[in-house]
Amino acid sequence: MSTETLTDAPGGNAGLRAFLHGLPGVDQVGAEERAARLATRSIKTTAKAEAIDLAISMVDLTTLEGADTPGKVRALCAKAMHPDPADPSVPKVAAVCVYSDMVAVAVGALGASGIGVASVATAFPSGRAPLEAKLADTRAAVAAGATEIDMVIDRGAFLSGDYLKVYEEIVETKRACGGAHLKVILETGELVTYDNVRRASWLAMRAGADFIKTSTGKVSPAATPPVTLIMLEAVRDFRAETGRQVGVKPAGGIRTTKDAIKNLVLVNETAGPDWLTPAWFRLGASSLLNDLLMQRQKLTTGVYAGPDYFTLD
Amino acid sequence: MSIFEYAPAPESAAIVDIRPSYDLFIGGAWVESAGERRHKSVNPATEDVLAEITEATAADVDHAVAAARKAFDTVWGPMPGRDRAKYLFRIARLLQERSRELAVLESIDNGKPIRESRDVDLPLVAAHFFYYAGWADKLPYAGFGPDPRPVGVAGQVIPWNFPLLMLAWKIAPALACGNTVVLKPAETTSLTALAFAEICRQADLPAGVVNIVTGAGETGRALVEHPGIDKIAFTGSTEVGRQIARSAAGTAKRLTLELGGKAANVIFDDAALDQAVEGVVNGIFFNQGHVCCAGSRLLVQESVAAELIDRLKRRMATLRVGDPLDKNTDVGAINSAEQLDKIRTLSAAGEDEGAVRWSPPCELPSRGYWFAPTVFTEVAQSHRIAREEIFGPVLSVLTFRTPAEAVEKANNTPYGLSAGIWTEKGSRILWMAERLRAGVVWANTFNKFDPAAPFGGYKESGFGREGGRHGLEAYLDV
Repeated sequence: MSTETLTDAPGGNAGLRAFLHGLPGVDQVGAEERAARLATRSIKTTAKAEAIDLAISMVDLTTLEGADTPGKVRALCAKAMHPDPADPSVPKVAAVCVYSDMVAVAVGALGASGIGVASVATAFPSGRAPLEAKLADTRAAVAAGATEIDMVIDRGAFLSGDYLKVYEEIVETKRACGGAHLKVILETGELVTYDNVRRASWLAMRAGADFIKTSTGKVSPAATPPVTLIMLEAVRDFRAETGRQVGVKPAGGIRTTKDAIKNLVLVNETAGPDWLTPAWFRLGASSLLNDLLMQRQKLTTGVYAGPDYFTLD
Repeated sequence: MSIFEYAPAPESAAIVDIRPSYDLFIGGAWVESAGERRHKSVNPATEDVLAEITEATAADVDHAVAAARKAFDTVWGPMPGRDRAKYLFRIARLLQERSRELAVLESIDNGKPIRESRDVDLPLVAAHFFYYAGWADKLPYAGFGPDPRPVGVAGQVIPWNFPLLMLAWKIAPALACGNTVVLKPAETTSLTALAFAEICRQADLPAGVVNIVTGAGETGRALVEHPGIDKIAFTGSTEVGRQIARSAAGTAKRLTLELGGKAANVIFDDAALDQAVEGVVNGIFFNQGHVCCAGSRLLVQESVAAELIDRLKRRMATLRVGDPLDKNTDVGAINSAEQLDKIRTLSAAGEDEGAVRWSPPCELPSRGYWFAPTVFTEVAQSHRIAREEIFGPVLSVLTFRTPAEAVEKANNTPYGLSAGIWTEKGSRILWMAERLRAGVVWANTFNKFDPAAPFGGYKESGFGREGGRHGLEAYLDV
């Protein structure tokens, strides 16, 4: 295995293939068993309170609808800054995630709050556009003030074995990002096998990804626990190998506090506590935040408030 | 940086009702012993005394065997299989209904983590009764002739590592085939067997079909040497197994022995390493390594040995050792002070003989019997820790270079209960499985049990099979 991140893939497509197919395999039964076992960890009282606040601070609050309006995005930004208007002790979220044409609105609304603006670019969610169009999308988002770019990989190229094409697109997009962080979406639901998930993770990391992300949220299954487990193993091994730390972002289908806490347990026991911060782990979600707020209030007050006591957006 | 600590999440002990002292269960009733001797059963995690357990005398055993004989002759033997099945199904359902209580009791008495007693032991216990209930009215179709008959009265002696599960492995097939039983649980873990006696009453099982005599070695000896039993089933140490085999020799008693093991877990360089590490952890640290088929010898291909050991150590550092009733505990308490001594002695021998010892930093509770998960590297075949069964959370790592060498080393042991193979290559799994001298060979997994799968040993691991259709044979006159 290589010990450095290279911009040019050594040995071209054949070299990349040899490297990716030389990674140890993933046993499906074993990986699913391990993820299921970690899901039985019982997190209560102080640990639960800490986990909920940590999860809130890791949320990339997301709206990715064709019907998004500037008003909706501004409302989302307000929620990102003050998730629970009645309780100022609630931490703010990590970032707001929008389409590239909404970046300027989000930047304006968030002001100096310190909350990141993430933009999905590169012909999200299908990734089916010429490279030039993807790069233009990326540059537009960065120019409008996005601090994080969520790119999608070309799954068709990956599945057909054209690893070099995927690699080069990531390298080019990373270049177009400038100072912005690059999150690479693998769309694991379309890669299907865990071996593919593992290979795509390494491919993205070697091409320069700052984060690897499971899904667009538009394809099911999205962020399943075994997929997140495989990706966490990949970033752990990658750091051991190269010294460079890469973040992980499961996205899609994480709706409840239970789901979020299961993810944190996966991080804690797989990659380790170094990843338990918004800098290295994010939860891509739209409806999760309210459940976290509801459970948080339950822990503080001892009683559940109904969903009407939390703002829609 | 935030450190994510899990708060304690203990299962409540209030659900179990432990009496201060227990009598013997004979002929469907609680019976006082003819003798005076009792011993204290302690909670291995705290050393608190849980209850006083009766030491059954030879006269008590005689009484129990007579009750079993009477039940066999008058009720259980003549009963149609379909009716026996109803009782077994009823017991299985009661076990499920009371599974939370039984899991807590098992963890308190044995020291095993609640996660294992709740998620592994109890579901399997119920599954065994369901499985053999299904056979009770289908015995003519089991492949042992058109009219297989029960053997008679079975004397059964079980160990302390899986108290209720071993009870199920013994009692379910015996009753399904029409036998009656006298069972002696291990002296340190009698409580769930005594709770099972209550379940027999709840199920209205005819008096004398199941008899439970508690006690230590002497009681066991009185039982296996009793002339009134027709069949001995023993699970435990090879040493005691030898004595039993000697005493049964020349008698008409049938005998099955399920004894010790020193299983090889063989990892090839093309294995899925992360899952192999999980398998190694499950193989040796499951139930604190108190598993006769534990994967206590790790044979790893030299080309991946360093990487695998690194991964294994990192994984071991995440094992949580402590309160067995905490739902987050991975490794519980060692069952007895005596067993802890044995583990310590053998581990010290490992160091003396030149193997390299490693344990993750972990704080052990000050009271109770505890041993940190331990791995020995640079182990040679000639070391004691590579030969003798330690029966604790201690793993010995050896290396090999070729598949033939792996087979040779794996088979180079007096035992032959189980083995594991880790490779992505299917043809190699089949090649290895043909050559390994072990009763169970797991491929890309370890320590998986199912009532339909036969289990038993080669060589000093004993003879006879429990579980599955094969498990019926030991309890049928075929």
